[in-house]
Amino acid sequence: MEIIMTIVAGVLIATATYLMLSRSILRIIIGTALLSHGAHLLLLTMGGLKRGAAPLLGQEADAYTDPLPQALILTAIVIAFGVTSFLLVLAYRAYQELKTDDMDQLRGNENHE
Amino acid sequence: MNNLVILPILIPLITATLLLLIPKKVKLQKVISVISLTATTIAAMVLVHTVYLNGIQTLEIGSWRPPFGIVLVADMFAALLVLTGVIVSFTCVLFSFRNIGKDRENFFFYAFTQFLITGVMGAFLTGDLFNLFVFFEVMLMSSYALIVLGGTRIQLRESIKYLLVNIISSALFVIALAYLYGLVGTLNMADVSSKIAQSGQTDIVTVVAILFLIVFGLKGGIFPLYFWLPGSYQAPPYAITAIFGALLTKVGVYSIYRIFTLIFYHEPQITHQIIAALAIITILIGAIGAIAYWDVKKILIYNIVTAVGVIIYGISIATETGYAGGIYYLVHDMVIKGALFLLAGAMFTITGTDNIKKMGGLIKRHPLLGWMFFTACLALAGIPPLSGFVGKILLAQGGLEQEHYIFVGVMLFSSLLVLYSVMKIFMNCFFREEVLSPKEEKGTTKGLVYPSVILIALSAFLGLGAEFVYPYVFEAAETLMDPSIYIQAVLKE
Repeated sequence: MEIIMTIVAGVLIATATYLMLSRSILRIIIGTALLSHGAHLLLLTMGGLKRGAAPLLGQEADAYTDPLPQALILTAIVIAFGVTSFLLVLAYRAYQELKTDDMDQLRGNENHE
Repeated sequence: MNNLVILPILIPLITATLLLLIPKKVKLQKVISVISLTATTIAAMVLVHTVYLNGIQTLEIGSWRPPFGIVLVADMFAALLVLTGVIVSFTCVLFSFRNIGKDRENFFFYAFTQFLITGVMGAFLTGDLFNLFVFFEVMLMSSYALIVLGGTRIQLRESIKYLLVNIISSALFVIALAYLYGLVGTLNMADVSSKIAQSGQTDIVTVVAILFLIVFGLKGGIFPLYFWLPGSYQAPPYAITAIFGALLTKVGVYSIYRIFTLIFYHEPQITHQIIAALAIITILIGAIGAIAYWDVKKILIYNIVTAVGVIIYGISIATETGYAGGIYYLVHDMVIKGALFLLAGAMFTITGTDNIKKMGGLIKRHPLLGWMFFTACLALAGIPPLSGFVGKILLAQGGLEQEHYIFVGVMLFSSLLVLYSVMKIFMNCFFREEVLSPKEEKGTTKGLVYPSVILIALSAFLGLGAEFVYPYVFEAAETLMDPSIYIQAVLKE
């Protein structure tokens, strides 16, 4: 199972990289969302998948699942959602103001308007 | 267990939420900001003193024993940075009272600043790598808001890039944490350190270490990952750039120091060599960039890059003198970068431009501003008796002890380039014939210079009072030198 999960994470990150290399802001945002999904999946997989009972007192099991990766992912997912929504709003606002969503036209660091 | 450790995080956090409730009462917001920052400063001072007297202070949140619960750790290194960070942000907030403008004040500028301070303080004080990530995000989220606040075209354009770079580096951070958790099964820094010390730093751990270096290098702006920095820091107004330049990159630098002295210190021939090479290129690139531009803000921004290189170089020396030099320079740089940006902000207010060629003769009507800027330039370049000198001489001494002759040579040579780049500003903007007559000036410097006077006085104190500061810095360096002190204090085995 770990192997499949790792491959899925890899595919997600590869797709994300492809999307982030494109010129349209919207595709880049989808790319960053996929990238964070890939990272979260990797975190879950590296922490070890379910190998025992739920980590509760009173469950007489031989092995318990490590709850920590899930707690970590929960935090990371919330943060990723927040950042993605901020980025979407920012992209919309920038599109209104700059009249383009093409990253090539947003290049340069000169101060001209 | 000492509740003092959480105060520098808690006070700004509570203040920020309070400020969110009173968006329309700007005067009240200012008063609350000042009260809260004064309280935070006092808390940070007490914290430094307590750490100095009683050693490392820890706070186990919810009384969960480490390595299981979340733990906050204040060693001398973190405490010093907390104190410097609070003072610098205090002066930046004082500056923004006069300068930031109604538009931004009405849209939660002070609240975001407090959130930013919360994140920075948390990143300094946390003893857990995942919490480091969380506090990074707290800090970055507020910095996103601050960088785009005002919504001018250039800000919108640069914020998109800034966000994208930081989102990618955050994803890499999670990936690095995943690998580390898979390898050692814990994310408590002290526990990770002792586990890696027991099992030895295998090759895969070194790979993870380099992944962390990439992540923090992106935040800190070391070569070749500094590319986003000049554009993004140029977009917001000076008060915000000052906070960013003084605090944000330094958090990345702090994290590099923390992990490479506490956790990944077993393979210095790989990791520390890479850091040394990157540091030296960063110094050169920053200095070249600073010389190339005729724009006050750009020159100062490239000087951030140079300073990051110099500080990072302290890690690769890996002796107590080297660490002490790095820490001293880090503290110095936070102070002086804040001062320089605030002074440049005052210059911008007068002239309405960043272009050196369009300024001249400011010294006639603004002598205090001029001489403050001159002093700050000397401190930046490391001219005695100001603060930059002490840090640089410790770094040079440490480097020479390790026989890094070329590195020390480049570092000292870069001081000349840095001095040239800022003197270019001083000579052209303050001397020459006057460009603006009194009537043409765009604004007054009333109330804009004294925040930087505080910082420059602090810089002079760090230089002249080195005898007084030394014991603190060397205690910090001692903790970095010997990770077992930190591990002992956290795990209490």
